[in-house]
Amino acid sequence: MNIKKTVQKSFILIVLAVLLMLFVFPFIILLINAFKTNAQIINSPISLPTTISFNNFKTAMDIMSYYNSFINSLFITVASVTVIILFSSMTAHYFVRNNTKYSKFFFLLMVASMIIPFQSIMIPLVSIYGQKLGWIQSVPRQTLIFMYIGFGAPLAVFMYHGFIKSIPLELEEAAKIDGCNQLQTFFKIVFPMLVPTSVTIGILDILWIWNDYLLPSLILQNAGSENYTLPLAIRVFQGSFSSDYEKFLPAVLLVVLPVLIIYIFVQRYIIQGVTQGSIK
Amino acid sequence: MIHTNRRLKRMGNKLLFTGPAIFSFLAVVILPFLYGIYMTFFKWDGISSVKPFVGIKNYLEVFRDYDFWTSIALTFKYVIATVILINIIAFILAYLVTSGIKGQNFFRTIFFTPNLIGGLVLGFIWQFIFNNLLVTIGQKYGILLFSKTWLGDENKAFWALVIAAVWQYAGYMMVILIAGIMNVPKDILEAAKIDGAGGLSRLRYITLPLMVPSFIITIFLSLQRGFMAYDVNLALTKGGPFGSTVFASMFVYNKAFVRFNYGVGQAEAFVLFFLVAAVTLLQVSISKKMEVEA
Repeated sequence: MNIKKTVQKSFILIVLAVLLMLFVFPFIILLINAFKTNAQIINSPISLPTTISFNNFKTAMDIMSYYNSFINSLFITVASVTVIILFSSMTAHYFVRNNTKYSKFFFLLMVASMIIPFQSIMIPLVSIYGQKLGWIQSVPRQTLIFMYIGFGAPLAVFMYHGFIKSIPLELEEAAKIDGCNQLQTFFKIVFPMLVPTSVTIGILDILWIWNDYLLPSLILQNAGSENYTLPLAIRVFQGSFSSDYEKFLPAVLLVVLPVLIIYIFVQRYIIQGVTQGSIK
Repeated sequence: MIHTNRRLKRMGNKLLFTGPAIFSFLAVVILPFLYGIYMTFFKWDGISSVKPFVGIKNYLEVFRDYDFWTSIALTFKYVIATVILINIIAFILAYLVTSGIKGQNFFRTIFFTPNLIGGLVLGFIWQFIFNNLLVTIGQKYGILLFSKTWLGDENKAFWALVIAAVWQYAGYMMVILIAGIMNVPKDILEAAKIDGAGGLSRLRYITLPLMVPSFIITIFLSLQRGFMAYDVNLALTKGGPFGSTVFASMFVYNKAFVRFNYGVGQAEAFVLFFLVAAVTLLQVSISKKMEVEA
């Protein structure tokens, strides 16, 4: 019996190890080739680099204006996620505590709208905010943030709604008796209790917005490269530098790295957040 | 006076609490959706100020658009391949990492990692693998399968896209399925074991049927993502070679923003939306019937 178990366990371990190799292999390939020259990459893409040079990283960063694009990505992500969390939690709170026709209607509308895929409204979206209002031309980044708020609100309101329902009303009534108005009650009593949900929503939305390509490409396309986010900026290597792997691969690594570093530290929360977000 | 004041205050609270979220939601989801319907009845190139009303002509054109339906058929093929492969591999991963071996958290963390990378960059990584790495290995060691780039062959380019999608999503679906496996009551499994049920029959008759709710989620998510695939499609093949891997999203994109046929493009975007909605609703309602209680 014991032998059978050991055999079984080692078999599982071997299968897992093989699968693990298949999953990590693209990362390893990226890592070892990012430090090589073009000749080395083309001749022996699986060998380890003989020398480690960061020169190509410097060039790659210059070509794609890495700092600038990084700041753009960071600013757009942080601004959008902060506003989504703030306004969605307030909206969900109002919906739960004021069970009126108004609340029911907009809550249902938001939930129902979640089945609309972005691709089926992107054409009118660009027509309205580009050709009609001209926002895409005049304030591209702000328009993008505004859109993220609109697209992010339904899921966030839905998730907060589910959680706020479980908060006892007595706490808020007590605060009201102590002289808090609705806004103070919300920020002093309710919002601190929503932290777990806010973390989940924050993780989901940060991953989504940081990595998003299609929407920013539609909005920032013609706004000049000084407005680009990282996924847009890296496209520069696909044009004139297309087989220049010694610059392209460091660039890819630089785009992937920030997320991976954060993942190492908070992987438990990220996996938890993503699971909860999709189960709901 | 006091009465109106209180009403004003209540109105102000309502606007303050729900105004910003509802306004931005209406402005970027509902308004474009409605305007999209309106657009499908006009012929427009996206620039000119002339926008002739054409009635249902755009929709008729959608049904005659051979390339669109080719793209839809290809997308269906892609969805079928990815949904099956992603879910099988995700289940194998979930089953193995919950079998009580050491370091299961480590395995879980690694398998989930590809999901953190954006589709575009992920496509670039696989582009390097298929265009360069595998070709070099294939030519060096005489492996015929890899000696020419997969992305230059119509059929192999399709499977390259499938492989990239499986790599991207298997770990994500795995974590959802792990939650499902954890919810299978231990006492039922113990009871079956005592009754002499082997590992495989416990899997077949207890674990899998009780995991149906988790599979509903993972199949739903992989269906949706498959139908809407764009980023990896763009980064890995750009729809090539010779336009053989243009999935529905890219087709709609090109129709409007490359060929400037906004009316027909939007009509096709809605057709795609209805197809996806129909398939996912059908999937959920069918699989709900397969749910069992412990």
